[in-house]
Amino acid sequence: MEKRLKSEDKKLSYQKRKGYCAWLLLLPMLVGLLIVAVWPLSYTFFYAFTDASLSTLSNYTFIGFDNFWVNDKGYWYGLVADPLWWHSVWNTIVFAIGSVAIEILLGTIIALVMHTKFIGCSLFRAAMLIPWTIPTVVSAKIWTWMLHDQYGLINYLLIKLRLIANPIAWLADHNFTMLTVILVDSWKTSPFVAMLILAGLQMLPNDCYEAAKVDGIHPIKVFFGITLPLIRPALTVAVLFRLLEALRVFDVVYIMTGNAESTMTMSVYARQNLVDFQDLGYGSAASTMLFIVIFFIIVLCLAMMRADVMKEVR
Amino acid sequence: MTTYNNSLTIKIGLFAIVSMLLLIFLFPFYYALITSFKSGSSIFEVSFFPKELSLDNYIAIFDEQPFGRNFLNSLTISIAAGVISLLFGMIAAMPLGRFRFNGQRLILLTVLIVSMFPQVAVLSGMFRLIRALELFNNPMGLVLCYLIFTLPFTVWVLTSFIRNLPVEVEEAAIMDGANPWVLLTKIFFPMMWPAIITTGLLVFVVAWNEFLFAMTFTLSSHQRTIPVAIALINGGSQFEVPWGRIMAASVTVSVPMIALVLIFQRQIVSGLTAGAVKG
Repeated sequence: MEKRLKSEDKKLSYQKRKGYCAWLLLLPMLVGLLIVAVWPLSYTFFYAFTDASLSTLSNYTFIGFDNFWVNDKGYWYGLVADPLWWHSVWNTIVFAIGSVAIEILLGTIIALVMHTKFIGCSLFRAAMLIPWTIPTVVSAKIWTWMLHDQYGLINYLLIKLRLIANPIAWLADHNFTMLTVILVDSWKTSPFVAMLILAGLQMLPNDCYEAAKVDGIHPIKVFFGITLPLIRPALTVAVLFRLLEALRVFDVVYIMTGNAESTMTMSVYARQNLVDFQDLGYGSAASTMLFIVIFFIIVLCLAMMRADVMKEVR
Repeated sequence: MTTYNNSLTIKIGLFAIVSMLLLIFLFPFYYALITSFKSGSSIFEVSFFPKELSLDNYIAIFDEQPFGRNFLNSLTISIAAGVISLLFGMIAAMPLGRFRFNGQRLILLTVLIVSMFPQVAVLSGMFRLIRALELFNNPMGLVLCYLIFTLPFTVWVLTSFIRNLPVEVEEAAIMDGANPWVLLTKIFFPMMWPAIITTGLLVFVVAWNEFLFAMTFTLSSHQRTIPVAIALINGGSQFEVPWGRIMAASVTVSVPMIALVLIFQRQIVSGLTAGAVKG
């Protein structure tokens, strides 16, 4: 009896020791995150309320909310009063919804093909991964070249096939720029979405399909009746994951259309003010707004998929 | 007979879809490749097969600008970012994946949220940090910046990997009186090799491809990374963009990545699904 008590005592202290040990082991990572994430983010928030410029980092005064909104002689200035900011918010939303919709559709098709067994299917998977592995700068440049209005392959083909009469300026005509950027982004990230959906497909139980086969149910009906409901968790995760990435999009837009207004997203707007206009204060204000928007979406998402995430985080 | 017909149509349909997907996703690289071998004015004529094999563009990118140096910069930065985050990540992933302690959930959520930070949101603060440490225009500064997304990613993937490891070995070691440090170095590290390779690869890819920080925090052409160098290849004016050179540079960067994907396809897929499905 005494012996048992003693051993339980020991177990408790072991648990306690484990707790201290856990924090000790976590220390390097926590310090790292403090330096590279928390500290810079706090400084961004801090600068948002100053008039700091990029060239004179330490020379600034507090201006309160002036970067966000300020009334000067009856006119409103600041981020909230800037139509271009709201335009870039709108562009970001259009980009996010458009690209995520296409990526999920295309990603599901690719995932279904990847899930099928055929000769060379592992090579096919590897090939599909390539666009995702290549730097966005490179894929955006290749597409910019193929979409060149005069010498580009796309216009050449479309004219040859008599689909269009005159070359289209895909990256200059503001009717097409957003669509072009969305399509190029989808080209790059659909394979990635396909990987996420494939992971969902691989976890599906086989017996449903066998039962459906025995009952002679049409494959399309099987897809909508069995596969789609079962991979819904994987689809949800892919949508949320991609949505968050699309909301902060920068590379593809900046490389293909620069600071053009027709495709300017929140990230492009913030960077232009920060770096090109050297307006650290105003740019930080835009970054802060961007962060708040994305943070709220993250919180919303986590709340929505609380059950799934908590199961994992527990 | 009907089943035979059915399976034949399915096979043909599958073949059609596979070829179409391969065409859509791989043709741009092929087109970049044939463009990169063109010289002079032939670049402005659309062609589907290489007519000449001129290496002018390849020679030019290494000759006219420090492309070799940029390549080396990218390589060093990506490897350094990978090694540092793996080191910190492995140490942190063990308690997160195995132990039960107060605040564990909070830490995992923090890691998750940090990994979703928009880069622009930390740009001005990061600029301040880089300036304070006097790492502006220094590749080492980029290594530091990249930890903001490589570190949370590594922790997350390794934690989910450790969760899926069998506990029996660990229990046996504890019974034998192993302390957590021995557990970490003698039990976990050896079992974690596959996960380490996968995570390392993915971190390498992400760091290799990063553009915004690299563009903002470097100034001289010698300190640039490859993506920035390619983005900044410019002719005299906007009408003389040297497309041949841009395509040659693009091919040069893509080849090692394509090789990596072909060799480590399985590891990359498993890492992506582990990191993202649970994220």
